[in-house]
Amino acid sequence: MQPVEQRDEVEMLSLMLLIRRFEERASQQYQAQKIGGFCHLYIGQEAVVTGAVAAVRDDDYIITAYRDHAHALARGTSPDACMAELFGKETGCSRGLGGSMHFFDKQHHMYGGHAIVAAHIPLAVGLAFAIKYRGEDRVTLCFFGDGAINQGAFHEALNLAALYRLPIVFICENNLFAMGTSVQRSTSLRQIVDRAEGYDIPGEIVDGMNFREVRDKVAEIVDSTRKEPHPAFLEVRTYRYRGHSMSDPASYRTKQELEKYRLDDPITRLRAQLTREGKLTNEQFDLLDKRAKETVLAAVKFAEKSPQPPLDTLYDYTYANGSVAAGRSPTKSDKSAAERAATTEQGR
Amino acid sequence: MREITYRQALNEALAEELERDPNVFLMGEEVAEYQGAYKVSHGLLERFGPRRIIDTPISENGFAGLGVGAAMVGLRPIIEFMTFSFSLVAFDQVVNNAPNMYTMSGGQFNIPITFRGPNGPAHQLGATHSHATENFYASVPGLKVCTPATPRDAKGLLKTAVRDNNPVLVLEAELLYSSKGMVEPPDEELLIPLGKAEVKREGSDVSIICYSQTVPLALNIAAELEENDISAEIVDLRSIKPLDEKAIFDSVTKTHRVVIVEQDHPFCGVGAEVCYRIQKNIFDALDAPIIRVSQEDVPMPYNERLEKAVLPNADKLIAAVKQVCYA
Repeated sequence: MQPVEQRDEVEMLSLMLLIRRFEERASQQYQAQKIGGFCHLYIGQEAVVTGAVAAVRDDDYIITAYRDHAHALARGTSPDACMAELFGKETGCSRGLGGSMHFFDKQHHMYGGHAIVAAHIPLAVGLAFAIKYRGEDRVTLCFFGDGAINQGAFHEALNLAALYRLPIVFICENNLFAMGTSVQRSTSLRQIVDRAEGYDIPGEIVDGMNFREVRDKVAEIVDSTRKEPHPAFLEVRTYRYRGHSMSDPASYRTKQELEKYRLDDPITRLRAQLTREGKLTNEQFDLLDKRAKETVLAAVKFAEKSPQPPLDTLYDYTYANGSVAAGRSPTKSDKSAAERAATTEQGR
Repeated sequence: MREITYRQALNEALAEELERDPNVFLMGEEVAEYQGAYKVSHGLLERFGPRRIIDTPISENGFAGLGVGAAMVGLRPIIEFMTFSFSLVAFDQVVNNAPNMYTMSGGQFNIPITFRGPNGPAHQLGATHSHATENFYASVPGLKVCTPATPRDAKGLLKTAVRDNNPVLVLEAELLYSSKGMVEPPDEELLIPLGKAEVKREGSDVSIICYSQTVPLALNIAAELEENDISAEIVDLRSIKPLDEKAIFDSVTKTHRVVIVEQDHPFCGVGAEVCYRIQKNIFDALDAPIIRVSQEDVPMPYNERLEKAVLPNADKLIAAVKQVCYA
C-alpha cells in the first residue's frame, strides 16, 4: 500500500466492499457446511479496520481478536488465502491449522487472530515493547471488542503499556454487544473510553461508521506516537449487522436498532461522500462492487480446489526445529519442519 | 571445575546469554532493583541496564503475555515467575498463547521464550505457594519442561532453554538455590541438551528415577541402601519433556526394578507417565511392579509435621525400594 497521505479513498472503499462481500460469501459457505467451527462476521464494522489501516505504514504491527477476517484482508492477505483458511485448506493463511478465529500473516505484519477474549492484548503490548526495545518508529494497532475491557488481561496490559510508554494504539471496536450482553449490562462505566483514564492513557471516542473520521484520528495519534512512543486509546463506536457468530440470531436487540445502523452504513456513507465530491460515479461504484464479488467467488473456487493439509504433517507445527512428540520417532516431515523453521526470522 | 551454588550457576547462565545475544532480556517481579526475590538476578541490572533487566508490576498474565508478543517478532524473553505457583495466574499465556502460536499460525510464528523460577514445595509455604507444576505443563503439546537438580544442570539447561526456538519452562527449586556443586569454569561454554537424563549414581539392583528436589533425596539414601546390600542406580530425568526414554529403559534393563520418586501429586503425575512407558516398552525387563513415591494427594498443609508427611522423604523412599527389591 501507499504512504498514508496518498492512500486513495476509492481504493479504500473498494477494500470495504471486498470485506463485505467476503463476509457475505463466508456466511453462505458456512451454511453450506464448507466452513466448520465458529465463524464471526464483520459486516457493518468495515470502516473501523479500513480506516485504521489506511492511517499506518505497511510495516506497522496489527493484532486483533477472533472477528479477524477483515483485519487480514485489510492488511493485504489475499482473499484466496483467507477463504482457504476458512475451508481448512493447506493454502490458507494459517495452513488450515488456525481456522476463522486464528488468521495469521507474518509477511503483512498481521499477528493474529486470537480467540481468548483479551488474551492478545498483552501480546500486543509485547509487540510494542519489541518496537521500543529496538528503537524503531513502528506502532502497534491492537483491536479488541467491548467485551474485552472487563478481562484482567486488558487491565494488566494497559497498565504495562502506560508504565513503559510503549507505541501502541488500543482500538476498542465497541459494537455494543459482547456476544449477547450489552455494554450497559457488562460495564460499570457510562462510556468505555473512561477505562483509559484509569491508566493515564489519552482516549477518544470515534464514529466507527465514518471511514474518514477513523482514519484521521488514527493518523493523528500514530503521528504523535512515532515521534515520542506512548499508548493511546480509541473507543470506536460501530455496529455488527449479524449476530455474534453464525449460530446467533441476535434476538437480544430490536429490528429498529439494526435498521437505524443500516441507514448509517459505512460503505454507503463513504460512497456518498466520494460521489458528492465528484470522485466517484455510480458506474464506477458498480464496477468496484462487481470486482469485489468476482474476487470473492474466485476465492471460493480456489479454496474448494485447494488440498487438505497432508496427514503426515500432523506433527510438523508443534515444535520449531523438529518434534519431541510423545513416543514417536523422527520422520521425514520433522526434517521439513526444521528446514522451514530455519528460514523464518526467529529460526536463526 | 569449581564449586558454586545453584543460584550462582543460574546467574552465570543469565549473564552469559544476555551477553551473547542482544535479543535476550530478563523480565519479572523484583528482578532488577531488588536483585531478584531469590537473588538469582543479582548484579544483572548494574551490568546490563534497565532496558534489558526489567521490573514489572504484579501482573503475571500481563508480563507473560508481553513476553510471548515480543517473541513473535524475534526477541528472546526470559520471564521470571517469582514462583511457579504464581504462573497459574498466567496459565492462559503459558498454555494457550505460547505453545499454540506455532501451530495456529501454520508455522509462521515460533515462540522462543523461557519461563523460569522456583517450582515445587519449599518449606511451610502453605497450599497456594507450594505447587509442583511440572505435570500440568508437561501435558501441553508445544511446551518443553526441564527440572535441573544440580548447579551444573541448572546452568547448562537454562542456557539451552534460552537458545531453544520454542517455549521452555525451567523449573528451579527454592530449596536448591543454596546447594553447591562442581561446574565448568565460566570461560568454558556449558550447554546441556533438553531431553537428556543423567545417571547421577551407578547401581545394579534398582533404578530410582527422580528429578529436581528428589535427586538429592535419592542420592542421600543410596549409602544406607548399600548397607542393606541394595545397589541403587539414580537416574535424574533433568527434562520432563522431552523425556529421555532411552536412559530410563537402559537403566531398567540393567536393574529390572524401579522406584519413581517425584515431587508432584500422584494423580496424572510425571511418575504415571514414566511408569506407563516402561511397562509398555520393556515389560519383560521388570522383575517387580513399579512403585511411585509422590506427594500425598492433598493440598499442602502449613503445619511442619503434616507437610513432612505429605512430601516424599527418605523413609518412604527406602521403604519403596525395599518393597520392589523384596528385601
